[in-house]
Amino acid sequence: MTSAAAAAGREGASRAAAPFGRLRDVRKTFAGASGRGGEIVALEEVSYDLCGGELVSLLGPSGCGKTTLLRIVAGMTRASGGRVEMRGREVVGPQEDFGFVFQSPTLLPWRSVLGNVLFPMEILGRSDAAAHRRALELIDLVGLEGFSRHRPHQLSGGMKQRAALCRALIHEPSLLLMDEPFGALDELTRMEMQDLLLDIRRVSGATVLFVTHSIAEAIYLADEVLVFSPRPGRVVDRIRVDLAYPRTPAIRYTEEFTALERRAGAGLGVVHA
Amino acid sequence: MPSFARFALPVVGLVLLGLAWHVYVVAFHVPMAVLPRPSAVGDAIVANWRLLLAEGQVTLLESLYGFLLAFALGVPLAVMIATSPTLNLMFYPLLIATQSVPKVALAPLILVWLGIGLESKLAIAWLVAFFPIVVDTATGLRNTPAEFIDLAASVRANGWQTFWKIRFPAALPFVLAGCKVAITLAVIGAVIGEFVGSNEGLGNLLLVANSQVNEPLAFAALFALAALGIGLYAAVVAVELALSPWFGAAGHG
Repeated sequence: MTSAAAAAGREGASRAAAPFGRLRDVRKTFAGASGRGGEIVALEEVSYDLCGGELVSLLGPSGCGKTTLLRIVAGMTRASGGRVEMRGREVVGPQEDFGFVFQSPTLLPWRSVLGNVLFPMEILGRSDAAAHRRALELIDLVGLEGFSRHRPHQLSGGMKQRAALCRALIHEPSLLLMDEPFGALDELTRMEMQDLLLDIRRVSGATVLFVTHSIAEAIYLADEVLVFSPRPGRVVDRIRVDLAYPRTPAIRYTEEFTALERRAGAGLGVVHA
Repeated sequence: MPSFARFALPVVGLVLLGLAWHVYVVAFHVPMAVLPRPSAVGDAIVANWRLLLAEGQVTLLESLYGFLLAFALGVPLAVMIATSPTLNLMFYPLLIATQSVPKVALAPLILVWLGIGLESKLAIAWLVAFFPIVVDTATGLRNTPAEFIDLAASVRANGWQTFWKIRFPAALPFVLAGCKVAITLAVIGAVIGEFVGSNEGLGNLLLVANSQVNEPLAFAALFALAALGIGLYAAVVAVELALSPWFGAAGHG
């Protein structure tokens, strides 16, 4: 995906072309308690076409199945039905060109920041000098220059999540999956991280699925927001976000932004339109 | 608490206890054969330091070799039972069952099988040190944080990679916790072996001194044993401290 195509995707001009990813009637149920054959529906059928280079937020309350959907797309959880295709191939397990950022940084405490960032490359058998260089570049890019030899416990929460972001990006994934990655951070750090993500996205042109329960975060980052209802999870609204890039914190105070927040709030049932 | 106090206060406690001991013996005219004065024990330690050192070396090697053997066999066994459900079912209940057998009861049998030399002490020390190492290592391997397993899955690590790069290093603090228990048990095991049948070692010295009603020497041997146990424990703690930068101040980050 070139950045030009990514930009086109953002403007919606290429939506008619073959999408990057295709979700068809993806659903997830769990066996009910005490094995009486009852099923708990975690996620009702979701169909969606994911455009290359776009950032799509999955917004909803806790337990609405948004994380489940993200894990299904990542190939880490099996869907109970439906089909997920990315770049024309069905997803049946984790893919080499996906990067995942978890809710907690999940850094290995016995490895340095650099060692953690290089972890996926070691698993892929590509931990060479080039990977090493790229890791250091990424560490600088996210603002951790000078910390590559530090251990995770020496870092603050925000710094840990920056390192985790580097690890997800080290193998240049075409799809970045993020599960409430900034949920545990304080407000200021969180806003910094959001701008960092917008920067990284502009540079890498990666397609991003971003799970969050923050309305403002979902809109600020995304080209499109999928709003989920509480369990059983269902997409109740699809909000196109046509705010211009580059986005800066000032955009949060525009009427346009507030209107989008109001619409998302209505979808979530917290604002009565 | 200033760091000075952290070292000074235990010493003050020790001195107070010694003083109480001395006052008790003097005030109640306790015979030497029952409880020697602290000063008499001190004299015995000074007078017999070569003997204590020589016998101590025997007990040290018995404990240390027993511990190392328990480590060398215990960790692989823990890996096997933690990774294979079949082996786990085959051996884990058996392991728990053997643990409920008092090792002292086995000591005479082991002596018959292996004689009164180093081998029997080593076997008993191994036997008592083995269990905590296996159980703690297996517990550590089974309790890999779920998010680490998720991370391994997300980068498509295979079973082997997940084990060596995630599960085993994540279990190391548990292994060390098992070692701390095992090393003190190994000393106890070695002394049990010496009590049951031996002609050397601190346990044997203690028995001999006791039978000769040489209580100051018996106490000297006891103190040497305590020093040995504390020294070995401190060695494991030192390894743990040396590794702590690898694991962070508060566990998993």
